Amino acid sequence: MSLILPFEQIIEKDRPRVGGKAYALSVMAKTGARVPSGVCIIADAYRRYVRSTGIADQIRLELSRKRFADMRWEEVWDAALRIRNTFLTTPLPRQLYGDLSRPLLQRFGDAAVVVRSSAPDEDSARASFAGLHESYVNIRGKEAMIDHVRLVWASLWSDAALLYRRELGLDVSRSSMAVVVQELVRGERSGVAFSRDPNDETRAVIEAVHGLNQGLVDGTVEPDRWLLERKGGRIISHVAAVRENRVVAHEGGVGAGPLPDELKNRPPLDETDILRVYSLLLNAEKFFGASQDMEWTMKGSDLFLLQSRPLTTVANEEKDDKRPWYLSLKRSFDNLSLLRKKIEEEILPSMIAAAEQMAARDLASLTEQKLRSEIIGRVDIYNSWVAVYWKDLIPFAHGIRLFGIAYNDAIRPKDPYEFMNLLAGTGMEGVQRNRMLKDMAALVRSAPYTSDNLRERLSDDKRFQDLLLAFMARFGDLSCGTKQCSQGPDSITDLVIELASVPEDRGRYAQKDVAALERSFLAHFDGQERSHAEELLDLARTSYKTRDDDNIYLGRVKGQAIMAIDEYMRRFSKDGSISEPELKKAIEGISAPDTVPPKGPGKNMQEEGFRSKARQITGQPAGPGIARGKARVIADASDLHRFRAGEVLVCDAVDPSITFIVPLAAGIVERRGGMLIHGAIIAREYGIACVTGIPDATSLIHTGDTVTVDGYLGIVTIG
Amino acid sequence: MQDIDQLRVTIKQMLDSQRLAVLATQGEVRPYGSLVAFVATEDMKNLLFATTRATRKYANLLKNRGVAMVIDTRTNQTADFADAAAITVLGDVEEIADHEQQELAGIYLNKHPYLREFVESPTTALLRVDVKTYIMVSRFQNVQELHLTS
Repeated sequence: MSLILPFEQIIEKDRPRVGGKAYALSVMAKTGARVPSGVCIIADAYRRYVRSTGIADQIRLELSRKRFADMRWEEVWDAALRIRNTFLTTPLPRQLYGDLSRPLLQRFGDAAVVVRSSAPDEDSARASFAGLHESYVNIRGKEAMIDHVRLVWASLWSDAALLYRRELGLDVSRSSMAVVVQELVRGERSGVAFSRDPNDETRAVIEAVHGLNQGLVDGTVEPDRWLLERKGGRIISHVAAVRENRVVAHEGGVGAGPLPDELKNRPPLDETDILRVYSLLLNAEKFFGASQDMEWTMKGSDLFLLQSRPLTTVANEEKDDKRPWYLSLKRSFDNLSLLRKKIEEEILPSMIAAAEQMAARDLASLTEQKLRSEIIGRVDIYNSWVAVYWKDLIPFAHGIRLFGIAYNDAIRPKDPYEFMNLLAGTGMEGVQRNRMLKDMAALVRSAPYTSDNLRERLSDDKRFQDLLLAFMARFGDLSCGTKQCSQGPDSITDLVIELASVPEDRGRYAQKDVAALERSFLAHFDGQERSHAEELLDLARTSYKTRDDDNIYLGRVKGQAIMAIDEYMRRFSKDGSISEPELKKAIEGISAPDTVPPKGPGKNMQEEGFRSKARQITGQPAGPGIARGKARVIADASDLHRFRAGEVLVCDAVDPSITFIVPLAAGIVERRGGMLIHGAIIAREYGIACVTGIPDATSLIHTGDTVTVDGYLGIVTIG
Repeated sequence: MQDIDQLRVTIKQMLDSQRLAVLATQGEVRPYGSLVAFVATEDMKNLLFATTRATRKYANLLKNRGVAMVIDTRTNQTADFADAAAITVLGDVEEIADHEQQELAGIYLNKHPYLREFVESPTTALLRVDVKTYIMVSRFQNVQELHLTS
């Protein structure tokens, strides 16, 4: 049986093996719509590949590492990345390679093609979520076509698909993926169209941009938008876009560029075009018997149908379903570049300024009433920055992912996280803070003081005191931003003394030859592609650095709110509580920057006749290395000062208020999971074994337990 | 990780659903493994199995009461790496005294009625493992222990 079916040969009974997209295109082509010429690689090819190479079993193993319900989004992304890398590094068996590459080469030769997913269940009314699987535009040549077929197959297990796994009925033994390969039409104007406006059933919607559709789909290029009467197609309204960019095909892919001036004032479609798109849309709706969500493109006067599928809204979406938000994190390079500008030029400077302005106010001079409103104001300011953090700063972390994918595509490394080595060492605020602590520790180490009088002598040591003051001026009190700011310089001195007890070169970032890695990555690209790769690396480095810095800055804003609360408690609260309702409400409303579940009572581990104990827990490997030591469970800021060199740090999340003890830690175990969380980033920076995503870490592990942290496999062994 | 009552239920279900266990005894020089048909008592404090007295495992047990047993749900498919669970049981073995023979043989034969002739043979010993610890492995690498404290 041939594994490749040209559109013109697809018949109704092929639907389960060609998938919804390929089937719809073949049907529309037969009704006379203009569809770019193409073929479908049927789902059997996917099955042959994953079964004969053992990938199916690897996926099963990957997905069973943890209960899905216990996985955070970032862990889901990590799992998807590892699965993708498995596809990327596993070539097709020779026979299958021949069966696919020969007909593809025969049909398309060296012409540019589009390689798109056509999952058997995708596009059905049950599971029609846009953007779950991948499409690749402007692919050329036999090898590249086969490579991208593998990537489309891998996207059956994309993070987005995994999030909607229940709705999709995703199952290793049953799910499969067909792939559409079509000639690329270099559309000059493109868009989407909905035969029914989700907000008003009597209307249809058409959106259009200059250039290719990718810019519209990923939100980089703002579209013109027309509302039409569903019956008759009369134009009700036209909202013109600020037309600045368009996406065009370039060597090896697509990218955004400035729109030529003569097009800036011209809507992509005129009235005749709109009616043509509308009539194509109605044909599709009539033919499929359901409202349609269509993609189209125009080249000259030719209108091409790119895709048509039933229009669905995610009806059962729960109010607190954050999956759509998560999907919105997936951004293009162009989109992230815009975001970077905003973050660097507006957000971070304003956040820093907000903390500085608050710090400049003299709290001691405020009356009780003024201090109360000061607290309420500061909590408001902090909460508004938390909102910005979610809206702009977390999405910016996608830059790391984008680079990771580009790196893996080019290098195909055994370790899917090798790319992180290129991002580390970027002068993060947290690392700079720790470096200052390290300098102080070096001074203590070299000083001729005995341990008996160390603290006293340091308080008289001018060089030490200068460093201490400089440190406090830059970073404030260590415990600020956590609970109370009242520990003063003594706590820093104590920490420095502890740091001094560790040999100096311990915990240094295990630098790979970053320059060599960078050269080898860039060597995969020429000309325009190379400068794009360089830009992407630069973006990812900023993204990586911001991932930590933003928390430090946010911590400073929070620290100022806490400082005002402390001041109030000191002066106006007699029994350590606050009775004034408005103030109480404000303090209770201090947002957490990331989702930390409320502390439950923990697991019940004892009952009559039985006692249970966790022995080994699997999480995510987040910092390669192995460490064994006594656990120190950090439940709140007051535990931090008990931390001793060589202990294993066990915590809910390594947030900015904790990172200063990281250089002391032999290993790190964290509840939150994922490669891009601070714990993982900081651990990599210092070369410390780290396992993240251990559910109940702080209740299953007790201070004093001997633990082994296997940062290669993501396993923590207790006892 | 499971709460202790969930863990107990999971282990009990596995003990009830599986018929065979791998028994490890201590030989002269090296450990010795064999397959035995077992049953767990309702309170999970004991596992029972039977062996003829001429076996290596019986000889080993006379010298050293300490045993490990492995009970698992594998199906000999690769899916096992993800889906199968295993329990390692640590305990000490003793031969069942005459006055308990009838009751415990009843429990044993209730699960393994086809072994009546074997169990009732005068050459067969019905043995009881006094369980100290269950160690449950699931999802390939997650390990949780259940210790019997009284």
